[in-house]
Amino acid sequence: MSEITMIEAIRQAMTQEMERDSRVLILGEDVGRNGGVFRATDGLIDQFGEERVMDTPLAESAIIGTAVGMSLNGLRPIAEIQFLGFIYEAMDQVANQAARVRFRSTGRYHVPMVIRSPYGGGVRTPELHSDSLEALFSHTPGLKVVMPSNPYDAKGLLIAAIRDEDPVLFFEPMKLYRSTKQEVPDQLYEIPIGKAKVVREGNQATIVSWGPCVPMLEKLVDQYKKEGAHLELIDLRTVAPIDAETILESVEKTERLMIVHEAVKTNGIGAEVAALVSEKGVFSLSAPILRITGFDTPYPVGTIEDDWLPNEKRIKDAIQQLLSY
Amino acid sequence: MFREEDLTFERVERLNEDGVLLHDKKVVSDEQVLEMYQWMLKARLLDEKLLRMQRQGRIGTYAPYSGQEAAQIGSVFALEKSDWICPSYREHAGNMVHGMPLEQIILYAKGHLHGGRVPEDVNILPVQIIIAAQTLHAVGTAYAQKYRGEKHVSVSYFGDGATSQGDFHEALNFASVYQVPAIFFCQNNQYAISVPVEKQMASKSIAQKAVAYGMPGVQVDGNDVLAVYEVMKEAVERARNGEGPTLIEAVTYRLGPHTTSDDPTKYRSKENVEPWREVKDPLRRVRLYLENSNLWDVEKEKAFVQTFQDELDHMIDEIESKEKEFPKVEEAFEYVYQEKNAQLEEQQAEARRIREEGDWHE
Repeated sequence: MSEITMIEAIRQAMTQEMERDSRVLILGEDVGRNGGVFRATDGLIDQFGEERVMDTPLAESAIIGTAVGMSLNGLRPIAEIQFLGFIYEAMDQVANQAARVRFRSTGRYHVPMVIRSPYGGGVRTPELHSDSLEALFSHTPGLKVVMPSNPYDAKGLLIAAIRDEDPVLFFEPMKLYRSTKQEVPDQLYEIPIGKAKVVREGNQATIVSWGPCVPMLEKLVDQYKKEGAHLELIDLRTVAPIDAETILESVEKTERLMIVHEAVKTNGIGAEVAALVSEKGVFSLSAPILRITGFDTPYPVGTIEDDWLPNEKRIKDAIQQLLSY
Repeated sequence: MFREEDLTFERVERLNEDGVLLHDKKVVSDEQVLEMYQWMLKARLLDEKLLRMQRQGRIGTYAPYSGQEAAQIGSVFALEKSDWICPSYREHAGNMVHGMPLEQIILYAKGHLHGGRVPEDVNILPVQIIIAAQTLHAVGTAYAQKYRGEKHVSVSYFGDGATSQGDFHEALNFASVYQVPAIFFCQNNQYAISVPVEKQMASKSIAQKAVAYGMPGVQVDGNDVLAVYEVMKEAVERARNGEGPTLIEAVTYRLGPHTTSDDPTKYRSKENVEPWREVKDPLRRVRLYLENSNLWDVEKEKAFVQTFQDELDHMIDEIESKEKEFPKVEEAFEYVYQEKNAQLEEQQAEARRIREEGDWHE
């Protein structure tokens, strides 16, 4: 075990998988000599060489399309998109190609690749560097979408993603890259994709979230506990597929549900979770389902982003509302 | 067979590193050279100021342009005010000359909601973050001009990295097919963040890519403001006369980091940067020329720098004294559609309420 940050956990997962499996390689912009703009691949080019850590020309569609070709012919690429907002450039290769090859060839071909990309707000980036786009990909059959919130999960989920036989989008909340350290096993381990985690147990209301909002919610739930309110917090960890069982079990107990995410509200993952509970757990509910999310505008400039993101005040108001039923 | 070896490579140069004109024919007057130099100097001072402000936490992530002043300013000098500019995020020097107010550049750097708003009478598109996306916008704006029978041209500014993107190649092809009055102005500053241009492409130049699309391609010393002006002037004239698009590659150098978030010592040596900072600096050779022509001296430079810095500091003080009055989150809802839908109305009210009641920050 060692105490490491999320960025170190991610680097460790890639390093150890590349040591174990010569089919695994990395491609992306600035991932080689520069070690990635967040240093996720720092030192990897020295260890594995330019053939396995490829500084590509600046072309997102080419990165993903090439990775699709590599995975069709026996390699297991980890493609990096420098910021998630840039993935729109590669949308055809992600949604029409990577996602559909298994279906198109009825299983003759498949695409075991990972797309890593930083996302999320609160760090005063320029435009298009902070957008949370998970809903786009969870609306695309054939893709899995993983969104860890801590170093331990990040390592185990990334290893599982690299070993997965289908394309996995692995989104990393950049706000949490270096914000905390956590004990992480030195050896390889997998955390199953599609399995949520109950990070705080409680019986008065359920909060479902993932990625960058989780640490803030943990703190808040702990505060409420001191004040005598017991909230259950579920970290989805994977947003496609969604772990319905864990959510439904929790709602059956708490009878109240709130979903918190940074992405815009309309047609977000929160809507899917709410629909799921409406279909399969509506008789457990004693209160309306609430969503606290980014507002339905493009991600805004730095001077107003803190008022745009889900913040403590908004979440507390919603918890009061839930508990009043 | 078409082979790279068959192409002729020429880099247009007019003013050498010692500030000496390379041939007699000069298409600009000395007064214009002086004016260009003064803009370049202002641009350099603004860039240095913004870089310092970022280090002090007074603005967000910033992409400096020092080293590229001749490429930007020389080319914009060849434009009319009615011509369009489709810029990337590293073009404040050229934008300033084309009419972008200084205040606006500072507001953008400060993350002000209106930082992307360009004044009504200035034909510059908002800062483009996505690499090469604006090359297509130059095609479209140029098409509109041609369609209406106007004589304006559209210029897209981008870097060497952008030439790897599909959008760039699609833009060149469209521009050529439709023979629109567009100019593709590439500042080859030699690095796309950390990746050097020789790893970005296997071709000998960017200019030669024009050949594949059936348009003229020109390579110019991008640190030579007179050479840049001259090749741009020719491209603009061709475009205005209905002779179609041009690709210009201005070979220059990004003296600073890609943005304030990166550390260039990771990917290039001090020895690599030094000559560009000294003898190859785009301001130096113009200053030498002007000094040799008795149009400029140390005293004039000192006074000019002082005046501009005072103006800039005063403007920044004014802006910073009003930071509390910057637009609030609820105003953001006004710019999503022409008319707000019901959900946006509801969310806008919620955003305002939370902000007004909130004691969670400030």
